[in-house]
Amino acid sequence: MHEAALKQRPGQGTYAVESAERQVRAPRGAARGLAYEVGGSRLIHGIDLDLPSDTFTVVLGPNGAGKSLLLRLMHGLLQPTAGQVSWDGRRLDKALRLRQAMVFQRPVLLRRSVAANIRFVLGLRHVRRPGRVHDVLREVGLEAQANQPARLLSGGEQQRLSLARALVLDPEVLFLDEPTASLDPASTAAIETIVKRAHERGTKIVFVTHDLGQARRLADDVVFLNRGQLAEHSRAAQFFDHPASQAARDYLEGRLILRHT
Amino acid sequence: MQDFGDAFALAFGLVVNADADLLEIVALSLKVSLSAVAIACLIGLPLGAAVGMGRFRGRTAVIILLNALMGLPPVVVGLLIYLLLSNAGPLGWLRLLYTPTAMIVAQAVLITPIVAALSREIIEQLHAEYDEQFRSLSVARHAAVAALLWDARYSLLTVALAGFGRAVAEVGAVIIVGGNIDHLTRVMTTAIALETSKGDLALALALGIVLIVIALSVNAGVMAMRLTAARFAYA
Repeated sequence: MHEAALKQRPGQGTYAVESAERQVRAPRGAARGLAYEVGGSRLIHGIDLDLPSDTFTVVLGPNGAGKSLLLRLMHGLLQPTAGQVSWDGRRLDKALRLRQAMVFQRPVLLRRSVAANIRFVLGLRHVRRPGRVHDVLREVGLEAQANQPARLLSGGEQQRLSLARALVLDPEVLFLDEPTASLDPASTAAIETIVKRAHERGTKIVFVTHDLGQARRLADDVVFLNRGQLAEHSRAAQFFDHPASQAARDYLEGRLILRHT
Repeated sequence: MQDFGDAFALAFGLVVNADADLLEIVALSLKVSLSAVAIACLIGLPLGAAVGMGRFRGRTAVIILLNALMGLPPVVVGLLIYLLLSNAGPLGWLRLLYTPTAMIVAQAVLITPIVAALSREIIEQLHAEYDEQFRSLSVARHAAVAALLWDARYSLLTVALAGFGRAVAEVGAVIIVGGNIDHLTRVMTTAIALETSKGDLALALALGIVLIVIALSVNAGVMAMRLTAARFAYA
C-alpha cells in the first residue's frame, strides 16, 4: 500500500516542535526491488516499499521474516544485493545516514560514563551546544545518573541511554530494532513514551517489534514481512482488523505460518 | 663461595642500606625497560588496532606472524641487533653498540610483537561489539580507533605491564648488545648472571630480590587495575 492510502496528518511531515532548533522534517523512504542474499541464500526478496514521512511505521513478522535485515538495508548498514533505497528520492548515502539513527535490541554502550556516551556522539558531529547533554538525559530520565558508568545501568536504563544517544542529534529517521524485547513493562512504557515524543517532534520512526500489543499502541502503518517478502503494508487499523494476506491472519491469530504469501 | 644464609643477610643489607651500585643498576634497568615499553606501545598499539579492525588480504598471515613473534628468542634478537649496530653493520655509523640505547632497541624489538598481538585480540573483540553501532553513527576510522583504544585502556595497560615484565626480566639480548659494562650498561639481569659466575652471591641475590619485588608489584598493579575496571564495568 502506498503513502496516499495511509493515514494523513496535517503538515505532511513538518511539525511544530518545542523550539525552532528542535524542528525536524522527516523524509519519505522508498525501497525498489530490494534484495539481499548471503552465501547464495536469498533472505530479502525484491521488496518494493514506500515509507511515508510522517507516520510511525511498525515492522511485524515472524522470526526469520527479515525485519532486522530490512531495517539495516533501509539505514544503509547492509548493502543490498539488488535494488536500492532512497529517502526523498535521493539514493541513500553517507550524508543521508548522518541524518538517521538506529537503536539496537541490545544496547551497545561505550565503557564510559552516561554523559560521556552522549558527549561522544556530539563530538563526532562537532556539535557544541551547552546543556544539550543535560537536556537529553533529562528527557530520558537519566539526569541523576549522568556521571555513573553506563554499563552499570539496568537494562531499561541502558536502552534509554541508547535512545538518548540516538536522539541527541535530532535524527530525521529513527530505526528501532526490537528495543524493548528484553525489558519489563515499566521500562517498555518509558521507551514507548520517549519514542512517541520524538515522533511528535517530527522524526520518522521505523520500529521492529514482536509485541502485537505494542504494535497496536504505536503504529500508524504496519509493514508485515514473511519469509523475506513484503506480505502487506497498510494502515494499522486495517492491518489488525482486516489483514489482507493469509500470512498476516495466521500471524495475528498466533498460528505458525506454513506457506508463502 | 659464601654460605647461603650469609649471602641472604648481605643481600638484605644492600637493599635496606640502598647500596649505591645496586641503585644504579636498578635505575638503569628501569630506564631501559620503561623506554622499551614506551616504544613498543607507540608501535604495537596502533599496529594491533589496525590489524584488529582491518579486513585486508593476508590478515590471517599477519596475525600468525605477530603471534609467532611473541616467542622470539632473546639471544637471536640480540644477535640481529648486534649485527645491525656493529661497525661493519648497516647501522654501525650510529655508534650505538654497547650503549643503553642499543639495549632499549633490543628490548623494544622483543616486546613490540607482544604488545601488538595482545592488543590486536583486545581491540578485535571490542570492535566486534561496537562495529554496527559505529557504522550507524558513521564514526570515522580515526575516531573509531581512538575510541577503541580509550575504551580498552585498562586491558591495554595490562598488556603494557606484561611487556614490561618480559623486558625487565630479559637477559640474552641486552647482554649481547649492551656488553654488561659496569656503570654504563649493567642492568639487573646481566649483573645477576655476572655476579653469580664470580661467586658474589650477595649482590646477585639483592638484585634478584629487587627483581622479584618489581615482578610482584607489576602483577599487583595489573590485578588492582582489573578490579578497578571491573568495578566500574569498564573492562
